[in-house]
Amino acid sequence: MIEQSLTDLWYGFSVALQPHNLMWSFFGVLVGNLIGVLPGMGALSAIAMLLPLTYTMHAVPAILMLAGIFYGSQYGGAIGAILLNMPSHPPHAVTCLDGYPMTKQGKGGTALGITMIASFFAASFGITVMVFASPLLVQIAFKFGPTEIFSIMLLGLLAGATMARGSPLKGVAMTVVGLLIGVVGTDVNSGAIRFTFGFTELSDRVELVALALGLFGVADFLRSVNRIHFVGNEAKVRLRDMRPSKAELKQAFFPMVRGTLVGTLFGAMPGTGPTITTFIAYAVERKISKTPDRFGRGALEGVAAPEAASHSKTQVDFIPTMSIGIPGDAVMALILGALLIQGIQPGPQLISQHADLFWGLIASFWVGNILLVILNVPLIGVWVKVLQVPYRYMFPCALFFIAIGVYSTNNSLFEVYEVLFFGIVGAIFLALDFPVAPILLGYVLGPLVEENFRRALLLSRGDLTVFFQKPISLGFMSVCIFLVLLQVFFALRGWRRKRKLGTLAPPLRLAGGTPVDND
Amino acid sequence: MLKRRRPIVRPSNRDYYGGALMMAIGIGAMIQGRHYSLGTLSRMGPGYFPVALGAILTLVGLAIIATARFTKPETEEAALPPEWRGWFCIGASIVAFVVLGKYGGLIPATFAVVFISALADRENTLISASILALATVGVCIIVFWWALQMNFPLFGWG
Repeated sequence: MIEQSLTDLWYGFSVALQPHNLMWSFFGVLVGNLIGVLPGMGALSAIAMLLPLTYTMHAVPAILMLAGIFYGSQYGGAIGAILLNMPSHPPHAVTCLDGYPMTKQGKGGTALGITMIASFFAASFGITVMVFASPLLVQIAFKFGPTEIFSIMLLGLLAGATMARGSPLKGVAMTVVGLLIGVVGTDVNSGAIRFTFGFTELSDRVELVALALGLFGVADFLRSVNRIHFVGNEAKVRLRDMRPSKAELKQAFFPMVRGTLVGTLFGAMPGTGPTITTFIAYAVERKISKTPDRFGRGALEGVAAPEAASHSKTQVDFIPTMSIGIPGDAVMALILGALLIQGIQPGPQLISQHADLFWGLIASFWVGNILLVILNVPLIGVWVKVLQVPYRYMFPCALFFIAIGVYSTNNSLFEVYEVLFFGIVGAIFLALDFPVAPILLGYVLGPLVEENFRRALLLSRGDLTVFFQKPISLGFMSVCIFLVLLQVFFALRGWRRKRKLGTLAPPLRLAGGTPVDND
Repeated sequence: MLKRRRPIVRPSNRDYYGGALMMAIGIGAMIQGRHYSLGTLSRMGPGYFPVALGAILTLVGLAIIATARFTKPETEEAALPPEWRGWFCIGASIVAFVVLGKYGGLIPATFAVVFISALADRENTLISASILALATVGVCIIVFWWALQMNFPLFGWG
């Protein structure tokens, strides 16, 4: 078993190191790194914007590139958080708490160095877990029928809705809205055309790229225009500063390990967002520390643990997406969409049928992470310069790339209107304090949920208890019920204590205005 | 410099509006879904799933309203004043891209989307917006028309 995995991994490296694949992987991590640094842009909008580019590409380089954007942006996010107190995307908000004080004390370079070591360590651990856990998971997944698939999807959707930040009820509402958007178009079973409101263009479903760029691109701009201004400072980081001392390494080692474990655990759980993961990793460190007062004033542990958590989660996230076909969060939903566009059905068969893709992807994680560590050393200075480009120049250009990107998906101008529509809808939801990421998850899973629900009930002749009769399905359903009860419990306890709770996410003073929560 | 303007929806009322919006979407989905055949639980028609979703969404909306009294807004920063200029310009820029893309071609459409959306920001002037738009047109011609050979004529759709 283990030997087989290692042989496959070796094969994966031969795929990932092919010059063509390596080039796209490099391109992906570079773009991801840049996007991660820029405020108001997340991995989601970057992946959505480059998705049309992959239509003409072969599946392997396409996925390597998109995955590279995802983990590349994680490295970039830490730079903005540590040097500028600016969480370019929410998972790194917690890194600001101790990273920026370190910069003010002149130890920004050390913080970045530790971040890089922690990130690489955590990513390597996550990849190792993926190498050995995926084949095991596949063996279980082969036993899945429509009943089990529906139950696990329900679990994923429920977890995605309730475990993100903010009110769980609102998360559920957004998931259902996403499922409804997924209904739009032609019903595969009966051929009936649903919810198109007379637009023939909609009979082929709502376009994934338009939905993603509307919710995470245009909605962001609508929320941030005139609110994000000039950011950036004169932080200078020299290569020499980035090497941490032995004592600092020792200090950061166990937080790094604990952060990695937190991230791995949460990555394996479908639906848990990256932001909650980093906050929990930080909270754990503060709780077990002998000197909790140091946190918030430049504690090295407060940088190492959340960054490690975010990276191991990113890698482990790929496991359920690739081996069961159920994405854990919105970014994974987008990558799943990219696979479907390439005509590849993610699921248990993926590893055997597309071995080059699966093992190539895993190997490219390592290659990409090494590239990122090497890249980051000389490029940090460049990124700091990039951060000084004012937002008022950046978003109009980004808007153009969104418009042209969506158009090029199907050479359809109608889909550009879709972007505008979802942008406005998304901005309204955000203004009312709804999280928008669950919409994407619901949209991607919608048709699969409906089909498996219908099939399961067809097989059971309309008996709803079937979901509780099969053992695997019963297990997933029990977790679902547990999640709901847990939320009810939290809500009741929260109301009783009124405002006392909710200190897990401490209020942050953000230099760059209010980043929109993509989680 | 900033005039104190009131947000449209006060944070304390936000959940009432949010819940009502969810109920409206849910009821709308149910009404529209009734047009498709429902079928039975063992043989579901195309209308069954959306109607069920609409019902769930309506209930969730109701629950959001019911609990709105207990939840307090988490942050004050969300009580931002409306940004009509930004919304108008960004919306108009995308509409201009589509209309000009259809009747004018790639260059006018690109110029329009960048120029109009740049004006959404109060610090941009007509001149800085034009320069930014022209620069983007240049990049666009090189990348999309020349390098990627996109199916989008530079001028005139006909």
